[in-house]
Amino acid sequence: MFLRTALLVLRKDFAIEVKSREILYTTLLFALSCVLVFSIAFVKEGEPLEDAAAGILWIAIEFAGTLALGRTFERERYGETLRALLLAPAPRAAIYVGKMLGIVVLLAVCELLLVPLVALLFRSRLFEEPVLLLALLLTGTVGFAVVGSLFAAMLVRARTRDVMLPILLYPMTVPLMIGGVRGTVALTQTPVDQPSAIMWIVLLLCMDAVFLVLALWTFEPLMTE
Amino acid sequence: MMRRLFLVVWLMASAMPALAFQPPAAQSEYVPVKDLPPVDQLPAAPLLVAAYSFIWLAAMFYLWTIWRRLGKVETDMRALEQRRSPSRR
Amino acid sequence: MRKAFFPLLLVTSAMFAYAPVVIAHADYESTMGLVQKVMYFHAPSGMVMLISAVVCGVASALYLWKKDPAADRVAIAAAELAALFGLIVLVTGPLWARKAWGVWWVWEARLTMSFVGWLITVGYLFVRKYGGPGSDKLAAGLAVFGTANVPFIYVSVNIWRTMHPMTTVVPTLQPGMRGAFWFSALTLFMLYGLLLAARVHLERQRTALDQLYLAEED
Repeated sequence: MFLRTALLVLRKDFAIEVKSREILYTTLLFALSCVLVFSIAFVKEGEPLEDAAAGILWIAIEFAGTLALGRTFERERYGETLRALLLAPAPRAAIYVGKMLGIVVLLAVCELLLVPLVALLFRSRLFEEPVLLLALLLTGTVGFAVVGSLFAAMLVRARTRDVMLPILLYPMTVPLMIGGVRGTVALTQTPVDQPSAIMWIVLLLCMDAVFLVLALWTFEPLMTE
Repeated sequence: MMRRLFLVVWLMASAMPALAFQPPAAQSEYVPVKDLPPVDQLPAAPLLVAAYSFIWLAAMFYLWTIWRRLGKVETDMRALEQRRSPSRR
Repeated sequence: MRKAFFPLLLVTSAMFAYAPVVIAHADYESTMGLVQKVMYFHAPSGMVMLISAVVCGVASALYLWKKDPAADRVAIAAAELAALFGLIVLVTGPLWARKAWGVWWVWEARLTMSFVGWLITVGYLFVRKYGGPGSDKLAAGLAVFGTANVPFIYVSVNIWRTMHPMTTVVPTLQPGMRGAFWFSALTLFMLYGLLLAARVHLERQRTALDQLYLAEED
């Protein structure tokens, strides 16, 4: 029942998104613009600064993700579908998981384009260990989506939601970003620093677990109003 | 016409000091030294005093804000009480 | 209980004023000299900040699940104090670091996580102030998440060996420093308790005022 509800919510969001692809395209373009701005800041005499690619990648994911979160829940608020969802006889936590999975899928599609692009533009050897890179991106993105979906859902009815989401989200996701960036840097070293990368992946996994448990606990009392 | 000429001359005159005050010639070599002369070492006492004073000021400021807010609330409460008691009589 | 407030405040202020004397008589630290004495306030302020963050988290959790309004009052008071003592830590730390390490700031584990923790606390206060209706529940959720950050801050210096002194420094203080440290710590803990009580009192009065307004409308 729980998983079925979550997947239903995911399918609903997917169906809406596939029709217009509005959020996907705009998020992708925003991520590209981010990368452009960073290229101006972090490239010196045509050469990218060392390890800049890792930071740029994760910042672009975070900024684009914040926008995508805001827009996804804004769509819910506009159509007043959030209230309908909450009124449905489905476990609230399942609704949350469904929305969270939607964000993960959206960010995953963005990263499919973003990662090769950053590797190309900043001449970074990101694909030396593709499996580890995939694990790193997955754990980092899931962690971000877990925290972000909860906060965005909480803020849906707040007056200053547009600016409050980054204010609340960025400090909370700093541990995730540190893990992601340092793990990616470990993967781009000339002999790939596998032990470090694996340590960061495990750390990210632990953080994801903690955040997910906390989010599942707090979603119910937070949305009862 | 005269005014314009005067403006140009005045602007050029203001630029003169900028051209005159060029930076001095750069150092050509470094000279090592064993210990920093006492005048260059950071004095610790001002930092310590600054830290201590900051804590005092921060704590007092916070206490003052509580005092102020409490005063406002109590004024409002008294005003409400006064409004209610005449109507009760 | 309320009558004890002003006498205790006087005692705490006196202790605070006397603290420099106690600290001046403490032993000097061999490598850092005079500036290490900032530690007598910096470390206890850090302890108070972490304690306050945990108090806020626990109170917020109680408010979220038991819907106890008293818990909400304690939560906001603890958050304001965590922000205050966090600011004290973040200002006194660099003042010490400038002399001891040569730089005002360094992006290492504990400093970064402390800064992040402080930002989360300030975010809590912003949500309470600008969040609109329902912001108390929202902020409580944020506090619960933020409290998960606290163990990271405490443990970070032991896992990542960096410039910041490790937590083992405090239990292993030599007798010459121990007295001064615990005197300053006691002063700050008392100050924290008093400020917390004052703030909770303010919040209780505000709730009473709101109820008076509501009763008037009826």
